[in-house]
Amino acid sequence: MTGNLTNRKQSFFGGVNRVHVSDFVIAFVILLLSLTCILPFIYVMAKSLSSNTAVLSQKVYLWPVGFNIDAYVSIFRDGKMTHSLLYTIEVTVLFTVIGMVITTCAAYPLSIKGLKFKGFFAFILMFTMYFSAGLIPEYLLIKDLKLLNTMWALVLPLSFSAYNMLIMRSFLSSTIPDTLYEAAYLDGASDLRVLTSIVLPLSKPIIATLSLFYAVGRWNAFADAKYYITKQSLQPLQLLLNNMVLDAAGNDAISIAEGTATQSTPEVLQSAAIMFATIPIIIVYPFVQKYFVQGTMIGAVKG
Amino acid sequence: MTKSGQVVNRPRRGNGTLNYLRNHWQLYLLLLIPVAFVIIFKYAAYPGLRMAFMDYKPAKGYAGSKWLGFGMFEKVFKDKDFFTALRNSLIFNFLDLGLGFPVPVILAIMLDQLRFRRFKRINQTILYLPHFLSWVIIASVALNLFKPQSGLVNILLRDAGLIEDGIPFLTEKWHWFWTYLLIGIWQNMGWGTIIYLAAITGIDTSLYEAATIDGAGRMGRIWHVTLPGIRPTMVTMLIMNLGRVMGSNFERLSAFANVNVRDFQYQLAIYVYEKGLAGSNFSKATAVGLFQSLVGLILVVAADRVAKKLGEDGLL
Repeated sequence: MTGNLTNRKQSFFGGVNRVHVSDFVIAFVILLLSLTCILPFIYVMAKSLSSNTAVLSQKVYLWPVGFNIDAYVSIFRDGKMTHSLLYTIEVTVLFTVIGMVITTCAAYPLSIKGLKFKGFFAFILMFTMYFSAGLIPEYLLIKDLKLLNTMWALVLPLSFSAYNMLIMRSFLSSTIPDTLYEAAYLDGASDLRVLTSIVLPLSKPIIATLSLFYAVGRWNAFADAKYYITKQSLQPLQLLLNNMVLDAAGNDAISIAEGTATQSTPEVLQSAAIMFATIPIIIVYPFVQKYFVQGTMIGAVKG
Repeated sequence: MTKSGQVVNRPRRGNGTLNYLRNHWQLYLLLLIPVAFVIIFKYAAYPGLRMAFMDYKPAKGYAGSKWLGFGMFEKVFKDKDFFTALRNSLIFNFLDLGLGFPVPVILAIMLDQLRFRRFKRINQTILYLPHFLSWVIIASVALNLFKPQSGLVNILLRDAGLIEDGIPFLTEKWHWFWTYLLIGIWQNMGWGTIIYLAAITGIDTSLYEAATIDGAGRMGRIWHVTLPGIRPTMVTMLIMNLGRVMGSNFERLSAFANVNVRDFQYQLAIYVYEKGLAGSNFSKATAVGLFQSLVGLILVVAADRVAKKLGEDGLL
């Protein structure tokens, strides 16, 4: 009886059935959609590595024509983007560390069964997720805190995410059995001791996942920099790119070539600038993607 | 052993709470850090909301500025710019939702049906990529692809002889309207599948067997087993997104901004930014921000109620 059932299951899922035409249709559609996600970047990459004349005469498709790396040399010589890159890494690391510490301090107590006033604390921490004071009050607050035009305006205000806290809390309460806490209390361990010797070692996967949530979020965000930062040396990479490529008024793209020996057209330089900001993400992407998917699944179970 | 443990854990009668606090003060010490943090960086901004009820002048401060009661709101509701921004926000958010919602569902079902394991994994990885890129990068690349003269899409269309002049995908307002929406849907289509794929994994396989025995083909199994199986997730996602229709994504809008498309690009986030930060009309921008936050809050609470009434998991 049981054997019969498992056999059926295998014939349905194990690929014993013959492959149908519709399988190829589905695969083809998915392949097309995937191509829309990589070809645009390959195109910009090809452009950034092509010669000015080839780009101007529109001969560049997906492969560089008149291969050269002048545009990248300009970017490195100019130094503005490389400086911004290092600065953005610094901001991202600080932001992630602070965010994780605060998140853990909130998620661990709130994951403990029977904590008194739990509802009260959870409400205080989560209310801000559903009701924000809005741009102007927040801007004036940052101004009053004397954080305008400092790195801390990018590091502190956003570094606690109630959403990430919820994910960590549901991870903790579902993976760490109550009996483990009870055993630790019996042995006379304090709550801090439980945190450092039991909870943290067991939550390495969720710490990795949420750190990446924080890091990628910070890396990509630029609205707050647009609000709070006017000094160019304190602008994160995304805002710099925004000013160079997208702002109609921004002449930064042309100014980058000044004082450098190589002359690239704005078109090629812009492509190189886009790739300069994209490549760091592409490099880490294959490693972080898995953690992201896991984190989103935990968040989905009880968001 | 267990007995003594229970004695240790069970506080004496009468002052149970106090005893608990005494035993677990460290937990509250830990909680103090995030609480202090949200008070300093979030709650401390709430008093600023009183600007919405004043004619706030930064030079005069709160003490010197005049109280208007709901006067500023009356002014806002008579403001033509506000209605343009509100209209655009609602139109775009509903279209984002209406057009964007089914795409991840369909894609998730297709991915689930895909036979070739390795191919599936590689494609999933690629499809998730746009989710990890900032709106600046996406808009910059889009601009490169869609420029009327030198963008690849227009070059290819011209090469193929389909068009003579470049199509102004991002520089003419109606073209921008659809391009902007499609890019938004594209950016989220892969990532949005994760939650549905998780739901599909949770479907009892015996249901598929039963359907097969009853003679259901592939479409039949999708229609009668997969879709009902992910219905709760779909309802939750739909309601959650409905709760966000008053929102407005400043980064996405500002990345795709240009003078030719202002008629559609002018949405609430842009309104608040331009009137408030750029125009120093703090009271007006605060009033609109407060309106947005309040309606948003009401929508989320309502969405939660509806979800729970339908027997689905709530959000709150």
